[in-house]
This record gives sequence, structure tokens and C-alpha cells, in this order.
Amino acid sequence: MSPIPSADLSTRIQPAATPPELIRNFCIIAHIDHGKSTLADRMLQLTGVVEPRAMRAQYLDRMDIERERGITIKSQAVRMPWGTHEVEGGPVVPHALNMIDTPGHVDFTYEVSRSLAACEGAVLLVDAAQGIEAQTLANLYLAMENELEIIPVLNKIDLPAAQPEKYAEEIAKLVGGDPEDVLRVSGKTGEGVEVLLDRIVERVPAPTGDADAPARAMIFDSVYDTYRGVVTYVRVIDGSLNPRERIVMMSTRATHELLEIGVISPEPIVTKGLGVGEVGYLITGVKDVRQSKVGDTVTNMAKPASEALSGYSDPKPMVFSGLYPVDGSDYPTLRDALDKLKLNDAALNYEPETSVALGFGFRVGFLGLLHLEIVRERLEREFDLDLISTAPNVVYDVTLEDGTPVKVTNPSEFPGGKIKTVSEPIVRATILAPSEFVGTVMSLCNDRRGQMNGMDYLSEDRVELRFTLPLAEIVFDFFDQLKSRTRGYASLDYEPSGDQVAELVKVDILLQGDQVDAFSAIVHKDKAYDYGVMMTAKLKEIIPRQQFEVPIQAAVGARVIARETVRAMRKDVLAKCYGGDISRKRKLLEKQKEGKKRMKNIGSVEVPKDAFIAALSSDGVGGKETKDKKK
Amino acid sequence: MPALPDGERVPDDGALPAWVGHPGGGVPVAGRSSAFGVYLHVPFCSVRCGYCDFNTYTASELGGGASQASYATTALREIDLAAGVLRDAHLPEREVTTVFVGGGTPTMLPAGDLARMLDGVRGAWGLASGAEVTTEANPDSVSPESLAELAAAGFTRVSFGMQSAVPHVLATLERTHEPERIPDVVRWARDAGLKVSLDLIYGTPGESLDDWRTSLETALATGVDHVSAYALVVEQGTKMAAQVRRGQIALPSDDDQATKYELADELLTAAGLTWYEVSNWARTDDDRCRHNLAYWRGDDWWGVGPGAHSYVAATAEQDGPVEHAGVRWWNVKHPRRYAALLEDGRSPGAGRELLTPDEAHLERVMLGVRLREGLDLALLSAGGRHAVAGLVASGLLDGRAAVTGRALLTLRGRLLADTVVRALTQG
Repeated sequence: MSPIPSADLSTRIQPAATPPELIRNFCIIAHIDHGKSTLADRMLQLTGVVEPRAMRAQYLDRMDIERERGITIKSQAVRMPWGTHEVEGGPVVPHALNMIDTPGHVDFTYEVSRSLAACEGAVLLVDAAQGIEAQTLANLYLAMENELEIIPVLNKIDLPAAQPEKYAEEIAKLVGGDPEDVLRVSGKTGEGVEVLLDRIVERVPAPTGDADAPARAMIFDSVYDTYRGVVTYVRVIDGSLNPRERIVMMSTRATHELLEIGVISPEPIVTKGLGVGEVGYLITGVKDVRQSKVGDTVTNMAKPASEALSGYSDPKPMVFSGLYPVDGSDYPTLRDALDKLKLNDAALNYEPETSVALGFGFRVGFLGLLHLEIVRERLEREFDLDLISTAPNVVYDVTLEDGTPVKVTNPSEFPGGKIKTVSEPIVRATILAPSEFVGTVMSLCNDRRGQMNGMDYLSEDRVELRFTLPLAEIVFDFFDQLKSRTRGYASLDYEPSGDQVAELVKVDILLQGDQVDAFSAIVHKDKAYDYGVMMTAKLKEIIPRQQFEVPIQAAVGARVIARETVRAMRKDVLAKCYGGDISRKRKLLEKQKEGKKRMKNIGSVEVPKDAFIAALSSDGVGGKETKDKKK
Repeated sequence: MPALPDGERVPDDGALPAWVGHPGGGVPVAGRSSAFGVYLHVPFCSVRCGYCDFNTYTASELGGGASQASYATTALREIDLAAGVLRDAHLPEREVTTVFVGGGTPTMLPAGDLARMLDGVRGAWGLASGAEVTTEANPDSVSPESLAELAAAGFTRVSFGMQSAVPHVLATLERTHEPERIPDVVRWARDAGLKVSLDLIYGTPGESLDDWRTSLETALATGVDHVSAYALVVEQGTKMAAQVRRGQIALPSDDDQATKYELADELLTAAGLTWYEVSNWARTDDDRCRHNLAYWRGDDWWGVGPGAHSYVAATAEQDGPVEHAGVRWWNVKHPRRYAALLEDGRSPGAGRELLTPDEAHLERVMLGVRLREGLDLALLSAGGRHAVAGLVASGLLDGRAAVTGRALLTLRGRLLADTVVRALTQG
């Protein structure tokens, strides 16, 4: 008999009318390229919610940017029917499975935690050829803390390089249990996926809310849609939500009318409501995701709950960067574009700022480096903007001698006077690496002012290392260094862990005596010299020779710590210019004159905007962990 | 010669745009020169030099229909066509004031062929009295007899591709002549009554400053009255560019070339030769190359031969806003195709560009500023005039000349002429 429940059986699992014991809410915890989307595709097919002819790869990754980069930024919840025989040979019992997608990256830890809070179980999906990665491990710990039922699964067992025995043992050790219990599937061929669906029904506990209590639903995602306004994804914990009733957002006390309520399967289906334990979406007509915040509790205005669900917090930007249009006349377009992105990104915040070197732009706060990259890429792609972003930095709390506190989100605002203390954010980082790289990882973290907190062997040849590190060190090139020094084998995860006072100084870069604000950086005093030497050398390479000699200096306060010189240009003329050379020569000059428009003047030094881009990019930004990088 | 520019098609009959001339003779545009030059390209060499990107071919590279023997005949066909095109364009009738035969190696052709081509020019337009008629020559392809024959045919000037006096530099350039011949060929040319110029190249990979000094001194020791000195430019597509790419030789540095330019100016000036264009020095005004001056002054010329460029400025006052200031066109590059088109009675033009007033202005500044006579500041836009003070202050333009209304490059300015041109043409 087909595991897809018949029409008759399906009546027992209709939205708003499904008994909690027939509901299973689960998520999939996986590293970005361990095959989560492909596995989800197979589940959609096997449960019959997507017809074979409508199937396409990575079905749930709606946005282009997600599909191309192979990362899932926004979670979704898909309702799928699945029938099992509870008793061998007994009748088929229909179930409603809600698969809640979770973001796979360190920047979105908070969103992950809310997704986990909407589930009773988690599929731990691990690539059978690669083993578990640091971010997966971090999310696994998070799921275990939330007391989720963990279903360990090895994926890609069809790969020749798969080592299911080895990694089954590793996983069994992590989650507790027998390696034999680790399921083996192939999202690609579909092998083992039915067994996995059966296992989910069998192992994941049914939700246990109070159907008669006042409604409490937790928002685990909130997405802006041009046509519908904000679509809010919720998990009903207690009570139920019904169409046309007024609801209250408990953090802000804002009230809205429920214009539409439904489930995703995997296209939106309007329902008569959402019952206790169910997962679905709400539309209230609000236009800004800030009015429907992840982690907030939705209740009924007429019969409100007295206490919100725990775990809500506001997104806090951890990394800041200046975003400037290459063409100054694009500034209004950039402003409008940020305003639009903000509608769909509760974590994005920005303020106008001006830079001597780069003109008018914005200081933008991000959750982390990936968030920065995604935003930047969307601005460039969807709004056709050409942007310069300054090297990312963290937030510093500076206390002046007289006790005045100053918050610094832009190095150029670092106060020049007497400073008592500077404090910087730190993170707890987890790094997984093959044991042969333990020394390498330790030396890198040591260089980056890290403190080791502990180390465990996951298996004979894989080690988990735990460090406390300044976030600023991670933001600067750490991830790329980690990857290159471990031949790509190490993985990294981190979470904020408060602040520490450190001996930090601001290094300024001067061109011909004029400070270039975009290149100022706050670094540990022991690193100031290295930064100065690195930056002056880099600028020397990319600043074209001018009519005069241009000194490039790095300075801490008034003290110059490094210096390079761009020698004066002595010759630019083609020595020969006769009849046949004239058209070519004129076109060359026209091109040069056009190129002038892409120049910025720092004092009397002309610097191509491309030079800023070159100096500010590459080495400055790390942490890009996307699939395209691995191609 | 590098790849030809992109341009629009040239009509099969080679006709110029109607706005170039004016029916009934036309009202000349104020200040327009009546000079008219003819350039004759000879696309043959005995060997191709490694640095050379000119449109030239060795005998083995060419097949039927484009042999050296028939080249003069083919070129005469273009001269005929040119005469017709200019007549039909209603331009004022002019005699030819300068002729320049370049290449390639013009002296690969028998002197008789060069004479025949010059006769063709005479027949088509007439040669003005006192016209300057130059040919380029390789020091190893002339003799006292051939030079005398050229002089007898009407040539007045010869420009020898000396390049260097130092054997290892000549070897890098793949020049075949023996430097010892230079004093002899200069003497033969002068004995034949020809004015003489020597072409030099500096900045060749491996050339030391002393090597360059030797070349300059050797050239000056001949008592020559005109020297052209060019920085070696490694053009894409040349054998030398490939050697640079493979790391076999090092690209000449701008600094090295700047130092060598300064040395050239110092030694040439000390010997009594004065710069009159960025890369050209002459003893007296009469020793200057009038044909090349015509390029820099924006005069009209017709270039005959494969790959040759031509330029004709709009002559008549145009009704309404001026859309076009001149037309430049260029011939197909390959001698065989060139010959075939002419045999077919068609124009060998491969493409042309109709210059807007802005483009013509940029060219005028770009070319005019290279000259010692300088550029009339009144020609500049407001933005360009505004830049003059800054250029004087940074030592690129001569202050005294600026006061008298001319943009004149200083020594430093000559080396940074592109910077000056960009500043003088800013909006």
C-alpha cells in the first residue's frame, strides 16, 4: 500500500483539524553542501506534494541568489502527508509532517535557534564522504539543548568516496547510540528516504500543546513578498489561530487582522486556521518584517495569553562596513535599495555616512560576514549598483579618561584623545579539523589572540578545538586563512560571548600626508606594525604613479610606523605620432579621460576607484563559506 | 601597424562625404591651411624586425597579385582614384606640398619604381615648387648610385632607419645593417643633394645609457641636420611582445626611457639641433620635416598603399550646427587584397571615421601641443584654459609662452604630454 495517504485517510490530517498525535514537526540540520535541499526534493516527491513534472532541483530555495550560491537563507515550512503502519500488517495511519528548513550558516544562529524551537525532532544530515562540520556540530548541540529527538542520517552513500562506517561511528559517539541506528540515504537516488520518513514518524514526538489555552504561536521566520506584504511563518504552541481574528505581537503589543492563514505544501494553501502543534503562515498586510519579528509570540487579541514564549531577542549587528556607490550619483539608488532590502531583513540596519575618500554612503550593520556578502550581492544584482565596501569591522566600546563612553562602529570615529579602555566583542569558536592540523589551527588562533578552551577527539583522526577569539580577528581574513592552512578541511563556527578589554589602537593610512579614512583600522597594538606594512605595500602596488612622488604612510596617532613611496611618473607619452597613429592615439586619450571619471582625489593624489576596491576587498574579508567557492 | 580602427564602411568608389567640400570651389574655413600631403606606403622588407608592427611583408609572405615588381603600378591606380575622389568632392584645387614615402623599406623597390610613383603624384595634382619629397631608407639598401637616381627623380630628403650604433642593440632589434655604414650613407645622400635625417630608437631591452649615448654621438658625428628619436614601444602582436610574454626579454621601463629622452635632448641640443616636435630635432626651421608637421597641424593628406590612413578636413562653411569636422579613412592592410580592389576599380578603403568637432578638437590639442611652436590657448575650452595655470605651476607648460597665449611643453611636459593633453581638454 502506498505511504501516501488515500483521500479518505487524508481527511484525518486536514489543516486546523489534525489531532496533535498525527503531527510531526522536524527540521534538517546539515552543513551547506551536505545535500539537504536534494534530500528535501526527494521527500517532496515521495510524499506526492510535488508532481514529478513540476519537480525542479532545490525546489524550496526560492530566491535566485539562494539557488545559485547553494545556500538557504530563509527557512520555509513544508507540510507533507505520510502514512505508516503503526503495527506490522495493521492499518495505515496518516500523519502530517512539517519540515522546517533551517539556515545553515553561523551568521544566522538566532534564526536557527527559533527554527529548532518550532520542532520536536531534527534530522542530523551528514555527508558520508566528509563527516560532520563545525556548524552542523554547533547546531546539533543547540538541538540537543532544546531536547529535540535527533535522527542521525548519512547522506550521499552513492558516492564512491563515502565512508559510512567511519562517520556512522563518529555520529553515534556525538548523539549517543549505536552506529547501526544511523540511517543511510542518498538524496540523489532516493535510496533510504522512505525509511527515513517512517523513522521520523516513529521517533519524533508529537507536539504537546494545550489546545484549549489562549493562542500562543512562535514566529520562526518572516518574509517580505512584493504582492502579499509580510508572510509570517509560525508554529502554534498552544490554542489555535483562525481567519479574520485580530492578533497581537506580544513584544510590541501591535495588533493586526489575520487576512490570510494557511500552510505551505509546498505552495501556499489557505486553511480554516492552524490548530495546536501545527505549522503554517499568516498574512496580516504589514509591509515590514520588523513588524513581525522572528522569535516573537503571536496571540489572540480577544483572548490573549498572559505570558510570551521564551527565547525572543532582537537581532544585533555584529559586523559593520561602509557601503559606497562607485558612481556618486547612485547614492539615492543605494538608499532606496537598502530601504527595500530592510523590508525583508530584520537584521539589516544602516545610517548615512560620508568618507573623504569615498564620498556619500552608508555604515551598514550585519549579523556577520556572510550576511554582509549576501546584502552586498543583492544590492549589486537586484538594484544594478556598483559598490565599494570598506573592510568590515566590529563595534568597540571606548571609555575616555574622563569616563565618557563612546561607541565606535567606524574606525575613523575612533576618538583621538586620552583613552582609558577599549573593549571589543569576543566569540566562542569551535573548529573541527583533521588531527594532523591541530598544531596549525592552534598556531593560527594563537596569532589571532585566541585562548584555547578545550579540545576533544570526535574520532581517531578528527578533533574539535574550542577557542575564545576576538570577533575582530575572525572578521579579518580568519576563515580564508583557516581553510588555506588546513587544505580546506577545517570548519568553523562561533557565537558571541561578550566583550573584553584589549590594547587596541587605530592605524591611519596617509597619502601625501592626507588621511584616507576608508583605510583606517582598529587593531591590537602588537599588530599595528603588520597592518601598516601590509596596507602601505598593497597601496603602493595599486596607486598609479602621479606627476609627483606620493608617500604612503601608516601612523598610530602622530607616530609613523610604516612608509612606502610611489615614485613620480616621468613619462606617459607615446614617442611616435604620425598619420596612421592619430585615430588610435585619440581613442586612447578618450579612454583615459573616461577613466578619470572613475578617479577619486585624495588631496592632490588621483586614486582609481578600482584601487580602493582592490585594497578593501580580498584580504579584508573572510568567512565566505558558500558552494561557489568550492567549485 | 596595429589592427585598424573600427569605422564605418568606405563607399566602393571612395567618395568623400558631401560636407567635406563645397560645390563651386567652396568658401575656405578661416585659418585653414592649403597644404596637401601625399604619403606613399611601401609594404616590403627583406626581413621583418622583431619590434616592428608596421604593415609590411617580406617577399616570402606575399603571393600572386601583390609582388614588389607590380607594386608601383598598383599604387599608381590608387593615385588615379584619389585624384578623382578629391575632384568630385569639390575641394579647392591644390598642388602637393609634401610627399613622404615610408614603409616597410621603400628602398626595397628600385629607385625607378619610386620615381614612377612620384611622377604619378605630379601627374595627378602637380608638385608645388619647393615641395618636400622624402623617402625612408634602410642604410643597407642604398648606394651612391641609387641615391643619386632618387635625387634626380625629384626626391629632396632621405630618412635613414639607423636605430642604434651598438651591435647588440641592433641584434635585439633584429636590424641587419652594419652600423659602420652610417657615416657613408649620410655622406652619399648629401653628395646627391638630399637632406638627411637619422631615425633612432631608445629603450631597447639590454640597452645601457652609455649604449644610447654612443648611438646619439655616432649620429651627431655625421653632422646630420635632423634626428628623430623614438622610445621603443613593444606593440601587441610583434615577435618582441611574445618574447616579453615568455620572459625572454624585459620590457623597457618608463623611467629608463625618460632618462634616455633627457639625454637625447641634452646631446642633440648641445650639437645645435633643437626639438620642434616631441620626438624630432632639427638644426634649422628649414631642416624640419614639413610632411610630418602637416600631420601635427591637422592638414589634409592622402595615404596611398595598404593600411595607409588619409585625412581631409571639412573645407566649406557648413549650414547650421557643425556636425563633422573631417574624415579619416584607412586602407585594407593586405597588399594582395589592396591590389585586387584597385584592379576591380574599387576604393581600397577598409573603414573611415567622421570626426565630430569634439574629436577634431581633441586631435588638434593632442597633436598641436607636441610642437615647439605650441598651441594657441584661444583654441582651448574654458576648462582647458583653466588648467593652464596648474600645468605651468607643476612645470609641464612653459610660463612665458603661456603669458603670450601659447601652450608650450617644457622638457618635463614633453615626457608627460598625455597628462597635459587630458588637462587641456577637460570639460
